[in-house]
Amino acid sequence: MWLLLKGGRVIDPSQNLDTNADILIENGKVSKVDEVSAENLGSNSGKVFDAAGLVVTPGLIDMHVHLREPGFEYKETIETGALAAAAGGFTTIVGMPNTKPAVDNRAVVEYVLGKGKNAAVNVLTTGAATKANEGKEMAELGEMVEAGAVAISDDAFPVQSADLMRRVMEYAAMLNVPFLTHCEDKSMTSDGIMNEGITGTILGLRPWPRQAEEIMIWRNIMLADLTKCRLHIQHVTTKGGVEAIRWAKSRGITVTCETCPQYFSLTDKALCDYDTNAKVCPPLRTASDVDSLKEALADGTIDVIATDHAPHALHEKEVELQDAAFGAVGLETALPLVITNLVNSGVLTLADAISKMTIAPAKALGLDSGTLKEGAVADITIIDPDAKVTVKASEFKSKSKNSPFDGMELTGKAVATIVGGEVIYGKPSEPLNV
Amino acid sequence: MTGLNRKDILGLQDMSPEEISLILETAQSHKEILSRPVKKVPILRGKSICTLFYENSTRTRTSFELAAKIMSADTTSISVAGSSINKGESFKDTLLTLEAMGVDLFVIRHGASGSPHFAARTVKSHIINAGDGMHEHPTQGLLDMLTILENKGKFVGQKVLIVGDIMHSRVVRSNLWGLSKMGAEVRICGPKTLLPAEVDKLPVKVFTDLDEAIDGVDVVNVLRIQLERMNRGFFPSVSEYASMFGVNKNRLLKAKSDVLVMHPGPMNRGVEITPDVADGDFAVITDQVTNGVAVRMALLYLLLGGAGNVASA
Repeated sequence: MWLLLKGGRVIDPSQNLDTNADILIENGKVSKVDEVSAENLGSNSGKVFDAAGLVVTPGLIDMHVHLREPGFEYKETIETGALAAAAGGFTTIVGMPNTKPAVDNRAVVEYVLGKGKNAAVNVLTTGAATKANEGKEMAELGEMVEAGAVAISDDAFPVQSADLMRRVMEYAAMLNVPFLTHCEDKSMTSDGIMNEGITGTILGLRPWPRQAEEIMIWRNIMLADLTKCRLHIQHVTTKGGVEAIRWAKSRGITVTCETCPQYFSLTDKALCDYDTNAKVCPPLRTASDVDSLKEALADGTIDVIATDHAPHALHEKEVELQDAAFGAVGLETALPLVITNLVNSGVLTLADAISKMTIAPAKALGLDSGTLKEGAVADITIIDPDAKVTVKASEFKSKSKNSPFDGMELTGKAVATIVGGEVIYGKPSEPLNV
Repeated sequence: MTGLNRKDILGLQDMSPEEISLILETAQSHKEILSRPVKKVPILRGKSICTLFYENSTRTRTSFELAAKIMSADTTSISVAGSSINKGESFKDTLLTLEAMGVDLFVIRHGASGSPHFAARTVKSHIINAGDGMHEHPTQGLLDMLTILENKGKFVGQKVLIVGDIMHSRVVRSNLWGLSKMGAEVRICGPKTLLPAEVDKLPVKVFTDLDEAIDGVDVVNVLRIQLERMNRGFFPSVSEYASMFGVNKNRLLKAKSDVLVMHPGPMNRGVEITPDVADGDFAVITDQVTNGVAVRMALLYLLLGGAGNVASA
């Protein structure tokens, strides 16, 4: 069984490749990236896809997704989250451990990975840093890693004790897995709803100051230096956070980081009509933060673009802003937002943007995916970078529709998603049988 | 300007000077009704008004209810203690249910900023914001403005100082927009811990020293300090607050000789204001309360479009 992607622009940042080429997939693996003639394949057991005018890249990897299962299946399941991922061009997603029960032991890791095996895309999971995400006792990190957790995370429940954080990071370092950390000093954000600043002052919404994020970024950088843990800072949103990470990298501290499309596409002004879909954590910041994030994306300080896909049911968002859940869905809008707001506006080349969604997260996590090297598993995304799209949340594959981008007109989208050599979403064009 | 071309009164930030003038003029003409022996006009007969209060309030709620009753509207009161709200019904469902019962106008007090905006999107009925979280309290702002206008005759050039817990105050957030739009100079003063972020970007002059702030002002509007704030470290003690930020007779000497002293109530006598000042010659605190009824009558009239004008009523 073969599949030939014919005539596309192949962008594979893992090999510094940006060229017009064909990709031959055989037995679920990339077997050739070159000029390939279907006639020489000598068999009628394959298909040719016309990728002319399209961009062919390694499958996108989202290292920050809330799949909500087990416990919150009314918001999302592993199955629906994976379908949303496929529709957004992602072939691998990494679930966060704030489920119910938490992913804090071997059994829940096995449950999530077991469900993930039947899902449309590759589903990986993190393990919680502490038992029940309570921030009190270390969870069984060793057993979770042995069961297949690819990283440890305190997402949504940031570990407040520096001492406990140090121990957990020492364990993660020993187990050679990265620690994905949500940086928030909770003592500064109690009841906080939005960025502290003039917009929040006018709206009368309780402040979630940037320093609450930056203090924890600095603390965790210090602890990474101490423990030699591979620290990955999640959803960086501020100028000061970027500067801290830039400093850490210059000192050779093993730190990577991500930001998310909402943070470089929107500012805190999105809350001016008290739109609950714009209530995310950390909160949307200011235009000058957006500029800093873009600069940091361009100079490489920000390694990864992730989504922090955070599905919530309508009844959790159709309430007073103060009571609304934090978070927005992101899997099905990430690629158009990256192309519209980073590539088409000249912040990143398309290749650099793809890099931050493929090889960079693969490296941060220590995965061997994110590449089109010959022999690699054929996880591939085919992108139409010029497609005009109008975001329609009601049509999302995700169970939840909480998007602050609903109705927005954007450019670029995934037209096909291939996992392990199988086209699981879309078609680059009508398949031509040979 | 002959009418208010809007469905809701959510705040003074998005209100034009013409709209503010219209409301204040209408309030002045309605105020006369309050001094009649028979305080009843039929303007809003057959209109259904619901006060929906998610926070305790005596004066604002009573003021709205009296305003509505004087104008012959039918009023219903829903509060957290006596409704389905504390049984766990969502705000949305409560609004839709009451709208289905024919409520023409909701007066909403809610602890969460933006709740009246949510309500305005959810139902077709009119909404008047009676105070939302730390956001706005437009009828308080308007009644404060009416009190200043009655006593000073104009806004332009008036120096109005608001002193106290600026951060948590919706009274400030309505007063500052209304007064600055009408040409007054707004000064705010409070401890640094109770000034919100980037407050200097608002159309106000910011002070942390009350003796400086009060110098030469025409109006001092004193805010209630909530004593619970002390527990969260916003200020160290009541006595220190009173000595640093309390309005007393000596401090008042630095203001203009015809200074007005206002307070939105309820007062902590001896904390943010000394009793001699609260009861003194410069205080217009009870006038504010009367003006509150007049302003609310004006808004109900302008929104519910009573036929004919007050003079003929």
